[in-house]
Amino acid sequence: MTQAQKRKSPRASLGSSEGDDIFGTFDVAIARRFLGYLEPHRKTLLAAQAAVLISAGCQVLIPKLTGDAVRHAVNHQIGALDQTLMAFGLAAGAYALFFFIGEFLSSRLAQQVIFDIRRAMFSHFQDVSLSFMDKTHVGRIMARLQGDVNALQEFLDTMNGAVGDAVTLIGITVVLLSTDLKLGLLTLTVLPALIAVRAVWLPYSKRSFRQARDASSSTNSALAENINGIRTVQETRREAMNFDLYKVKAEENFRAQNAASWMTQIMVPTVDILTGLAIAVVVVVGGQAVLGGTMDVGVMVTFILYVQRFFEPVRLLSMQYTIMQRAMAAGHRIFEVIDVPVTIADKPDAIVLKDAPATVEFRNVTFGYDPARPILHDINLIVRPKEVVALVGPTGSGKTSIIALTHRFYEVDKGQVLVGGHDVRDISLDSLGKTIGMVLQEPFLFTGTIEQNIRYNTDATRDRIIEAAKAVSAHDFIMRLPEGYDTPLGQRGRNISMGQRQLISFARALVADPQILILDEATANIDSFTEMAIQKALKVLFAGRTCMVIAHRLATIRDADRIVVLQQGRILEQGSHDVLMQTGGLYSHLYTSAHASFDDQVVAVTGDAEFATRT
Amino acid sequence: MSNSHPTGRGAASAGSMEFSTESKVDAKAMPRVLQRIIGRALRYPGLLAFAILCTLGSSLASLALPRLFGRAVDQAHHLLMNAGTAPDAARKALWISAGLIIAATMLRGLLTMLSGYYGEFVSQKVGLDLRVEFFRQLQRLPFGFHDRIHSGDLITRGMLDLEGARMFVQGGMMMVLSLALLLVFAGWQMLRTDMTMGLIGLAFVPVAAGALGRMGFLLRVTWLKFQELMAILTLTMEENLQGIRVVRAFAGKTFELMKFDRASIDALLYSFNRITLRLRAVAIMQVSFNASMAGIIWYGGHKVASGTMTVGTLTSYLGYMSLLQGPVRQIAMIFNSAARATSSGGRLFEILDLVPEITDRPGAPPLKPGVGVLAFEHVDFGYAPGGKTILSDISFEVRPGRTLGIVGPPGSGKSTLANLIPRFYDVTGGKITIDGVNIRHVTLASLREFVGLVQQEAFLFDSSIGHNIAYADPWAEEDRIVEAARVAHIHDHVAGLPETYETRIGERGVALSGGQRQRMSIARGVVPGPGIMVFDDSTAAIDAVTERRVRDALSRATATKATLIIAHRLSSLMHADEIIVLDEGRIVERGDHASLLAKGGVYADLYELQSRSDTTATLDDDAPTEGPA
Repeated sequence: MTQAQKRKSPRASLGSSEGDDIFGTFDVAIARRFLGYLEPHRKTLLAAQAAVLISAGCQVLIPKLTGDAVRHAVNHQIGALDQTLMAFGLAAGAYALFFFIGEFLSSRLAQQVIFDIRRAMFSHFQDVSLSFMDKTHVGRIMARLQGDVNALQEFLDTMNGAVGDAVTLIGITVVLLSTDLKLGLLTLTVLPALIAVRAVWLPYSKRSFRQARDASSSTNSALAENINGIRTVQETRREAMNFDLYKVKAEENFRAQNAASWMTQIMVPTVDILTGLAIAVVVVVGGQAVLGGTMDVGVMVTFILYVQRFFEPVRLLSMQYTIMQRAMAAGHRIFEVIDVPVTIADKPDAIVLKDAPATVEFRNVTFGYDPARPILHDINLIVRPKEVVALVGPTGSGKTSIIALTHRFYEVDKGQVLVGGHDVRDISLDSLGKTIGMVLQEPFLFTGTIEQNIRYNTDATRDRIIEAAKAVSAHDFIMRLPEGYDTPLGQRGRNISMGQRQLISFARALVADPQILILDEATANIDSFTEMAIQKALKVLFAGRTCMVIAHRLATIRDADRIVVLQQGRILEQGSHDVLMQTGGLYSHLYTSAHASFDDQVVAVTGDAEFATRT
Repeated sequence: MSNSHPTGRGAASAGSMEFSTESKVDAKAMPRVLQRIIGRALRYPGLLAFAILCTLGSSLASLALPRLFGRAVDQAHHLLMNAGTAPDAARKALWISAGLIIAATMLRGLLTMLSGYYGEFVSQKVGLDLRVEFFRQLQRLPFGFHDRIHSGDLITRGMLDLEGARMFVQGGMMMVLSLALLLVFAGWQMLRTDMTMGLIGLAFVPVAAGALGRMGFLLRVTWLKFQELMAILTLTMEENLQGIRVVRAFAGKTFELMKFDRASIDALLYSFNRITLRLRAVAIMQVSFNASMAGIIWYGGHKVASGTMTVGTLTSYLGYMSLLQGPVRQIAMIFNSAARATSSGGRLFEILDLVPEITDRPGAPPLKPGVGVLAFEHVDFGYAPGGKTILSDISFEVRPGRTLGIVGPPGSGKSTLANLIPRFYDVTGGKITIDGVNIRHVTLASLREFVGLVQQEAFLFDSSIGHNIAYADPWAEEDRIVEAARVAHIHDHVAGLPETYETRIGERGVALSGGQRQRMSIARGVVPGPGIMVFDDSTAAIDAVTERRVRDALSRATATKATLIIAHRLSSLMHADEIIVLDEGRIVERGDHASLLAKGGVYADLYELQSRSDTTATLDDDAPTEGPA
């Protein structure tokens, strides 16, 4: 490790790419579940299908009528010609009308169903346990909500059309065979040839398209990485090397795209040549029949017109097949999410807390994100009304787990957590959320104005909001912002400082006015000036409430009614500052050294780390 | 990794330059932008000419087909009428027609393929050129530019807008060409044979083209609007997921679903509009086309019946019609492509046309590595000319082996000052020198190599720990990386990881705490062995004890260098040889710790405040600030 070795290649890479597989195979279970979403729209679906069938029928009829008209013309039957023309007009009109109706209904239906599915997923994410959310990266969830749902939409959009294409294909076959069986059969021999060619082509093209997609996402990911880290790139003068790395990727992408384009283009002459062959058959065989007087010239025209239309539905259907495969892969991932069981839900007769004492109690609680490795061991703790309890202890001691369990973000493995004297599992989640307020270490703000962020889901008036902001010393800095309370916050409030974000989250908690407040003190660097305001605000927040605070500031700890010192998931000691100092335990040791350097804990993305770090 | 980065705090208000967001299509800009895209395709004249020739050939082959059909029908029909005359010759003629049809379709297929492939090839070539240029340009544009424009916006331009502009070459330019060729040839054939019948047949073209063209344009416009609504929906979902703990903590499910519904219903209604828009134009196309067809059958049919036209001629007209139908349909795509290319290309060229404000002077020499004396001489700075002054009249000198500390409230200009040294921004007054040489007179590369700046927020790349530490010098040997990691007190931690320096960090690897990230960033800054070290609040998330150890190691490693430490935690810099107190961009106090305390001014107040509020002492380590980004 430490011995010097000359490097043969630079330690450098740019971007990374990965993608879920885009093609899946047909799965009845998934198809059936899609249909479930269509169920409420059954009538619309049937109407759309009927319209598509009628329009497909008319589409098949039009060349037939054209051929008939030609036959009548050749045979000098003016009356019949005019009648056929009338029929032509009717068929063309009906085709346009029903095409419109069918497409209109089915496209709208597709959009509607897609939004239903997206909403079902989104709504489900509001209920699944945080353990699942911790394990799943937001980017990945978004990919499902966006990419997978879009793949499904593509499928639904074209599904109705595919039925029409199938009907058209069958219709053409029927018309050709009934018009002239022998010539019909001869002409139709190219159809299996075409299907065979496409079947051979499909796997190759799929591989090529996949490569093109991967190359493109790899190039784009490199670009995105370089843009996000542009300051570091310029600081470290990596411009030239990154440019070279990027260029290699961009050129690779260029080749992959051209290969894919070649795959698309290769089908063009194949279809053209097969069409030419079919028409040649009509010309030679049909022409001789006309010559021999056994066939009308109008029939020959009909055949020529139909043969040119055969290939379109075949092409569309094979495209639809690919889209179906994509939709299956997407559907698989979508239902995987929707099927994540909701482990934390209201009981049917869940209690709504009203006038319950603002107490929190832990009875013999054992808990671990991974039950095999408990974080908390047999915790017993009672927080009385209006008591301020400070939780203290090194990283990984279980402080955050305690506050997470109080809010029932997770279920205990053993024992009970009680709020207001009731087991949290018996209380409705909504009621629990209204009783307990929470301020997280990382203040999370939403896009919107400052006022909207403080109000969040309450119906507080502007006056109430200003009052709360004043109480937590946020009013002054808010008024100094260009638009005061109407100032829009950028991405996660990036346009104001960390300390200011913290103050706004305090105001939000104050407006919600919970009986029990849980607070995870921020440790991120806050300048001394805002720090003063925060300390003042904390006193306002604590007044008249039951509070559990994960404390990092000595000032906060000293002001608490009781200090609970945790280590490795157990309560080591508890009591007031003075008592603990006299005991001479861990607390007094920490306090006197005024610092502690505990192990740096690696916060593994999928592991059992402290939840407050995930944002 | 979507990491937050100091966007030059204070720079946010200095956004004097407005960048366009794509929300409408500027029809007036169309010829100008499209011309530029075409200009780029013309850089490959050989390939383009070949593609165009193939298009021409395939149009001609297409056109031959209806004539061949007509001829075959006539041959069959005519011979039937004159039954008895040389049936063998007639059969032979049919065989010849069949052969010609196969030859024509074959030719058409091959040429269409080649024209499609080479058109796309040129289009991809244009895409490659744009991609590479865009990348290079972004690397050359200074911090000031990146402060003004959101990274997500740049990524969109480099991905979607670039595609939109590139695709016009094949989807717009080449398509217009093939449509025009086909229309002209077929129209000429139809009009030449029978003027009236030709006019009837072609009548649908302007009607359909008008409806479809308008639709193509409108679809683009509504698409942009739809995208805007979808962006709101995406934001709502994304923030909900990122802030899921807040949502749960406040029992906000109903409220969040309401937000979701509001955004999604708007988007849904817009997509309904788009459906109606599209179908209306398609219906117009179908009705007008079939009306022309009916007209041809009626007019031609009566002529055939009266014997003034052969059935083959009528057949050839029907053939021309089906030949025209497809390309006319594509008019919508052409207009859509042109509209997309206009807005996308406009947004792309907007970036490519920028002239980087900070560049090497012509003939600038590289900085000669000397002892490394850093000096500010009456430096003034403001982000926007005429805008707010961020720094004024800053003067100091740091000699090798000495340390200068800078402290001040948020917004006092500390970070800005640090960013001036590697010339991420240029001073607006005064000058900065290294060993007496004005930094504006040497090459950027040599300057930035000499100055090591460690930023407050450590941006780490989604790759291994080793890659990240060696970022500034990818050729660095293993022991140099380990040495740097030891200085930054991160080595022990890294050595304990399963794959040590090969461990991947970020989305698909381990996550580091805020303090660990900062130490990684310090290690990265140490690797290239810069001549001057600048720390911009880069130890704020590290606990006090570890910070002291890092400082000690650093001062040993950089004992002979000039060092500048910016911090708001006084313990980080109170041992500096000189301390400057900044307020609103001015130096309000300077001196060493003892003399500043004795003075009883701002510094002394700050010291008092910090010792009283105990902010420097926390009961735990390195609190993790930002999780896996």
